[in-house]
Amino acid sequence: MHGLAFFLFLIIVALTLVITYYASKRTKTTSEFYTADSSLTGWQNGLAIAGDYMSAASFLGIAGMIALTGFDGFFYSIGFLVAYLVVLYIVAEPLRNLGKYTMADMIAARFDDKKVRGVAALNTIAISIFYMIAQLVGAGGLIKLLLGLDYIYSVLIVGILMTVYVVFGGMTATSWVQIVKAVLLMVGTFIISIIVFAKFDFSIAKMFHEMKTATPLGEAFLNPGNKFKDPLDTISLNLALVLGTAGLPHILIRFFTVKDAPTARKSVVYATWIIGLFYVMTIFLGFGAAAFVGYDKIVAANPAGNMAAPLLAEALGGDFLFAFVSAVAFATILAVVAGLVLSAASAFAHDFYSHILRRGQATEKEQMLAARWASVGVSVLSILLALFAQKMNVAFLVSLAFAVAASANLPTIVFTIFWRRFNTTGAITGMLVGLISALVLVFFSPNVWSPQPGAAIFVGEPLFKLANPGIISIPLGFIGAIVGTLVSSKKSDEKKYTEIVVKANTGIGRV
Amino acid sequence: MAVKKQSRADQGGINYDAIAQSASFRGLIQAKKRFIIPATVFFFVFYFALPVLTSYSKALNALAIGPVSWAWLFAFAQFIMTWALCILYSKRAAQFDAIVEQVKQEAAEGGNA
Repeated sequence: MHGLAFFLFLIIVALTLVITYYASKRTKTTSEFYTADSSLTGWQNGLAIAGDYMSAASFLGIAGMIALTGFDGFFYSIGFLVAYLVVLYIVAEPLRNLGKYTMADMIAARFDDKKVRGVAALNTIAISIFYMIAQLVGAGGLIKLLLGLDYIYSVLIVGILMTVYVVFGGMTATSWVQIVKAVLLMVGTFIISIIVFAKFDFSIAKMFHEMKTATPLGEAFLNPGNKFKDPLDTISLNLALVLGTAGLPHILIRFFTVKDAPTARKSVVYATWIIGLFYVMTIFLGFGAAAFVGYDKIVAANPAGNMAAPLLAEALGGDFLFAFVSAVAFATILAVVAGLVLSAASAFAHDFYSHILRRGQATEKEQMLAARWASVGVSVLSILLALFAQKMNVAFLVSLAFAVAASANLPTIVFTIFWRRFNTTGAITGMLVGLISALVLVFFSPNVWSPQPGAAIFVGEPLFKLANPGIISIPLGFIGAIVGTLVSSKKSDEKKYTEIVVKANTGIGRV
Repeated sequence: MAVKKQSRADQGGINYDAIAQSASFRGLIQAKKRFIIPATVFFFVFYFALPVLTSYSKALNALAIGPVSWAWLFAFAQFIMTWALCILYSKRAAQFDAIVEQVKQEAAEGGNA
């Protein structure tokens, strides 16, 4: 069993390295490194966004959650999808028109201020690193389950591959790894879904009917409330999901890979179709695993349910399908972490080094070198953190990343485009308040504190009762930005705002 | 290519105030607001209605079609809603793009003098 899976893993490694080899020939300038020279088509970027976004958490995590808790797992599928309306309506086009390489570029287009850029870059790095540790720790555990490799080797393999893609192939390699992964993930999920649906005679009625008796939850399996008991926490989670995506740096930088705002818009629409179809299919994965693998076996393999999808593949299609789905999960992890390395490295190299440290005076060659070294640095740091975090429950880091993205990035992005009075003080306080409140609330939350030894990182009563801080930290981020603006004596530069509105909406004078 | 464009724009000194005050640009902003604001309010209400209803009531647990409850139907409706709003926006945005072209043309003809 492991032999076949191992073989397919090797094929994926080989394929992605071939991509990187060809991409490296087209990665000589910073524009090529950061944005693939804005040469992607709407379709390509749509697939790459999907590949960047659908992490192992959504593939394996949601399938497991639906299998174990029924309806509640599906909340994630819905939130992850509807979030793209925020991206489409509010963020994608102005971002493309105002920014060059990073999210901080967009804010700096209005506020040419080092502190603003620095704080925006800090947020990008914080979000990317949280997200990456969650992915790497998950990857280490997963590959251990799938291949029997030690955790340390698993993390090192994924870590080295992501470094190679980004350092040599930049955004071109990252994009194509994401495109290949998106196709593989859709094909794999579709095959499983069709087999599951066939087992229910292609009848939705039959499927729902049989699910009422298929799990230990009985009829309650199909009703909400098995996982999310606290109404406020449920709404808080939904809030972070729907607003977070539009502030995730590794998603935002994807819009710089196309030539203009209309293409950015098209790529969101394509991505929304692909991501939506995928999340619809998570029902078949979850129901299928609950019905054909069974609760006990899923929990025995992994208490969080992360093995539900691969086990389902095995139950349905034997060794080959198991190996294929495992390989798809592996590709999924690689594509997401590569995107994360690139977004954190661009914040280090483009924002901190080129703009703040060198005041925009660095030569093209120096900038390229900085970008490559930053990628290596980000990767090494993430690998080390992931190795130390092996025993920790890091699932909450993904929701933390979404909460910080929604609380710290989104208010500033929105006000930069839409609020005439907004000023540098408001931008800085908004971003810092959003970041710090999300971090502090999570630190005191049940994710970190539990009276039960082993259930969380520390033993004790959590001071903050919600697992998801969004409902508090997101309004705080907005309030921080508003209060900072109003108390500051700085006048907003009216002329600059007019310029930003024209640029954001038309792309005239676009960088 | 993009870089060249910017340096040319800087030298040309684009008059953003003039563009912002032009009838075509103001029409663009109005048209965008007319679509985006109501659509955004709608999808937020539609989206949060699901967790609010499932959290504070059991009404959606009633069966709607055969063994499928209202909660599932509403959940699927979120997908339909998202896709529908994407299609609507794409169609409307084609009109926005036409106005943007007009704004650009006007700026190129008169704005840089």
